[in-house]
Amino acid sequence: MERSELANAPCPCGNDNTPNAVVAQPWSFLQALLGIAGLAAWFVVYRQLEPMATYLTYGLFGLTAGSRLGGAVQFFLYDSPKVMMLLTLVVFGVGIIRSFFTPEKTRAILAGKSEAVGNVLAACLGIVTPFCSCSAVPLFIGFVTAGVPLGVTFSFLISAPMVNEVALVLLYGLLGWRVAALYLGTGLLVAIFAGWVIGRLGMERHVELWVRQMLASGAGMPEERLSWADRIERGKGAVREIVAKVWPYVIAGIAIGAFIHGYVPEGFMARIMGKSVWWSVPVAVLIGVPMYSNAAGIVPVIHALLEKGAALGTVLAFMMSVIALSLPELVILRKVLMPRLIAVFVGVVAAGILLVGYLFNTML
Amino acid sequence: MHIKVMGPGCPKCTEAEKLIKAAVAETGVAATVEKVTDFQEIAKHGVFSTPAVVIDGQIKCVGKVPTKAEVVAWLH
Repeated sequence: MERSELANAPCPCGNDNTPNAVVAQPWSFLQALLGIAGLAAWFVVYRQLEPMATYLTYGLFGLTAGSRLGGAVQFFLYDSPKVMMLLTLVVFGVGIIRSFFTPEKTRAILAGKSEAVGNVLAACLGIVTPFCSCSAVPLFIGFVTAGVPLGVTFSFLISAPMVNEVALVLLYGLLGWRVAALYLGTGLLVAIFAGWVIGRLGMERHVELWVRQMLASGAGMPEERLSWADRIERGKGAVREIVAKVWPYVIAGIAIGAFIHGYVPEGFMARIMGKSVWWSVPVAVLIGVPMYSNAAGIVPVIHALLEKGAALGTVLAFMMSVIALSLPELVILRKVLMPRLIAVFVGVVAAGILLVGYLFNTML
Repeated sequence: MHIKVMGPGCPKCTEAEKLIKAAVAETGVAATVEKVTDFQEIAKHGVFSTPAVVIDGQIKCVGKVPTKAEVVAWLH
């Protein structure tokens, strides 16, 4: 297939010629009004969640205030709807934002950039570009063949799974905006730093030969023209897809969190995950790297750990290593990377996460 | 008509393949459906977000599972 032919091919995904796009009506005044009313209702319900959970636990179910079971039940009844509501709203918003970004566009932005600027941009674009971890390898090939520097490509590949809307919502909902902001900031820093280091090491020859010999293939798809109605549909689609996928993890995570909240004694975690335990950060990272869970499952658990005296740096390091590095991803990356580059990738990212952990444990 | 569904085998790619096979069966169009999982083969088509659908060498969709209506439109 010739490149020019591809570029001229009509785009069938959601452009005006498809039945899909015809369904989406122009954004009318009434619909906008309904949207605003829905948002207002969301806020009203959200504000009532805590009194509702307290009423259900201690009023309706008649549990004793201050009891273990009461604490656990109240925690679960308050946190589950709160997190699900936050998740729905944010996933919808991010779905709309993401309709403005595609991997193709991100690649075009990064292709002409020098290293330092490229690393920062790549890490930031990693947050808003739609990315599925099973796409990591094709995306890697697409970026590298288009002339995106190796280190810049890695900054993107680290940031995309680690700093995501689900993780940020859960951190905000359960631990407050400060922890969410710290996670966002340090997650970006780890992605920028690790990518930059990999770039400095000049490891291009540790990319599999067939990838290096591959010529840049053109933009497969011309850009889509989306109306606001289409973008709103994208947002709704994201809610259906992500919320349907993560809700069991969220509920299971909150249930574990609720158990720890009610039954594990205060300060229990301080002895093994506290600030004064110097080895807790490396052990957390060592346990976290081969583990794989999404943010939805891990945040409620770390919430409970923190409450029982675990140090914030240790817990954040654990969370980052679970989300950013995983065994299945490394196995699949082996198709395009030689073992030494994989080892460097894991080593540099783990080192960055360790630094973050120690930094927080010392500073906070 | 030759349809290639590209993707390493994640849930979304399997979903896309199933949907296309169902659409082919429903419309009765004479088409072969092939699942491409080899990264080298995928990259040769210039595709770098999966799942992707290629019909007779023409890229129809990248980075998402198409809707059934879209697939039916491509088949006609």
